[in-house]
Amino acid sequence: MSDRALRIGLPVLMLALVLVTWDLVVRAFAIPPFVLPSPGLVLSTLIADGGLLWQSLLVTLTTTFEGFLLAAIGGIGLAVLFSQSRLIEYSLYPYAVILLVTPIVAIAPLLLIYLPQPLAVLACAWIVAFFPVLANTTLGLASVDHNLIALFELYQATRWQLLWNLKLPSALPQMLAGLRIAGGLSLIGAVVAEIAAGSAGAGSGLAYRIAESGYRLNIPRMFAALLLLSLAGIAIFFALSALSHLALRRWHESAVKRER
Amino acid sequence: MNSPGPEIVSLRNVGKTFESGTVALEHFSLDVREGEFVSLLGPSGCGKSTALRIVSGLSAASAGAVEWPGGAAARRIGFVFQDPTLMPWADVAANVRLPLRLAHADEVQSRAAVLQALERVGLADFAQSYPRELSGGMKMRTSIARALATEPQLLLMDEPFAALDEITRFKLNNDLLTLWQALRRTVIFVTHSVFESVYLSQRIVLMTPRPGRVFAEIAIPAPYPRDERFRTSADYAGYCRQVAETLGKAMGGAP
Repeated sequence: MSDRALRIGLPVLMLALVLVTWDLVVRAFAIPPFVLPSPGLVLSTLIADGGLLWQSLLVTLTTTFEGFLLAAIGGIGLAVLFSQSRLIEYSLYPYAVILLVTPIVAIAPLLLIYLPQPLAVLACAWIVAFFPVLANTTLGLASVDHNLIALFELYQATRWQLLWNLKLPSALPQMLAGLRIAGGLSLIGAVVAEIAAGSAGAGSGLAYRIAESGYRLNIPRMFAALLLLSLAGIAIFFALSALSHLALRRWHESAVKRER
Repeated sequence: MNSPGPEIVSLRNVGKTFESGTVALEHFSLDVREGEFVSLLGPSGCGKSTALRIVSGLSAASAGAVEWPGGAAARRIGFVFQDPTLMPWADVAANVRLPLRLAHADEVQSRAAVLQALERVGLADFAQSYPRELSGGMKMRTSIARALATEPQLLLMDEPFAALDEITRFKLNNDLLTLWQALRRTVIFVTHSVFESVYLSQRIVLMTPRPGRVFAEIAIPAPYPRDERFRTSADYAGYCRQVAETLGKAMGGAP
C-alpha cells in the first residue's frame, strides 16, 4: 500500500471505529440524548439546525478571518520594525511577551467592559494570533545568511532593497509557519471571547450557540456546533498549509519532495 | 601578455584589530597591478580573508590605508565567497542578476549581461534552475557568474573552491584561468592550498599568522595558458616545493 493511501486510509478507518463504538455504547446502555447523543443524532441535528448554525459559523469565521488578517499585518509589520530599529524592539518586545503569557480567557471579560462586543471579540482573536507571527517573523528576519548581507552591502543596496530583496524572502518560511499557527489561534481567540461574552447574550457566533445550547440542555446541537467548529479549524489549517507549500515548494527544504 | 599594468590597489601598512583584541593583520602591505593574478597563501587564521574584506570595503582597516590609484572607476569589485552564497528562493538567472538589479540597471541590458555571464561559466542551460538543484561546482559557477555580471575590474575570491572535490576543483581552476585570460581582469585569490596557488597565480603572497603579515612574495613565471600538462610538469613540482618550503619557514618550523 502506498504511503499516501495509508496517510488517508488509516485516519478514516480510525474515525469509523470511533463512530461505530460511540453508536454501540449509546445503544447498549440506552444513554439519553441529553447526556450523550448518538453520532446519527448529531448529524441529523446538524442538518435540521443547518440554517441557524451556518449563520453562526459565518459570524465566527468573519471574526476569525479579520483577527487573523490584523494579526498577520501587525505581527509582520512589527517584526519588520524591530529588524530596522533595535530601540523599538527593546521598548516593545517585553509587552508583546506579556500579551502572549497572559491567558486570553482572563483578558476577554476585561475587554468586554471597555469595547463594544464585536470589537472585543475581534481584539481577542487578534491578541492570541499576533504573537506567533511576530516571534516567527522576527526569528526569520534575524537569521539571514550573513554572507548574503555582506554581498548586498558590497553592491551598496539600500535599506529598502535589503529588506525587500533579502530579509523578507529569507524570512518567508518562518513567517508562514507563524501564520499557520496564527490561523488556528485566531479561531480559538474568537471562540474564547464569544464564550466570555455569551452570558451577556448579545452574541450570535458558533461558540455562543454552544454556550446557549448548554444552558438549554440541547446537547445534540452542542455537539453539532462543536463539530462545525472543528471542521472550520481543520479547513483553516489546511488552507494555510497549502499556501505555505505553494510559496516554498520550489526552494525550501521543508517543502521539497526528495527521492531516495 | 604578462607585462604589469599600473597599480589598481595598494594596501599600505594596513592593520586590523578586532573588538575581541585579536590582531588579524599588522603592517600588511600589498600592491596589485592591473590584470594581475595574485594569490594570498597562508594557514587558516593568518588574516588573508580579512585582507580581502578590507580591499572590498566590507571591513574597515584599523590602521594604514587602502589606495586606489585609478580612482572610483577602478573600484568596481566582484566578490566570490567561500560558500556560493546564493539566494535559495531565486533561480540561477535571478541570482546572477542581483547586482544589476540592486544598481537599478536597465532591464534589457541586464538580461543580456546575465546571459553572457552564464555562458562564460558554462551554465547557460541552467538559468531557470534553483540553487538546490545544482551540484556544488555549479553553485560556485553561479556565484562566479554573479561576480562577473557587473563587469568588475577587480575580482576578489575568498577560498572559493575549498569545499569542492578535487576533480571539480581542477576543472574550475582551469575554467577560471581561461576566463581570466579572456577577460583580462585583476584577480586576488585567497587560498590555503600551495598547489592551487602555484597553478593559478603569477605571484604568491605568503602570509604568517597571528598577527597576519607578508612573509615573502614568490613569482611563478611559468607561461600561460597553463593546463593539465603544466599540472604534471617538473616545473610545477619545483615551484610547489619552493613555495611549500617557504611556507614552512613562515610557520617557524623545520622545512
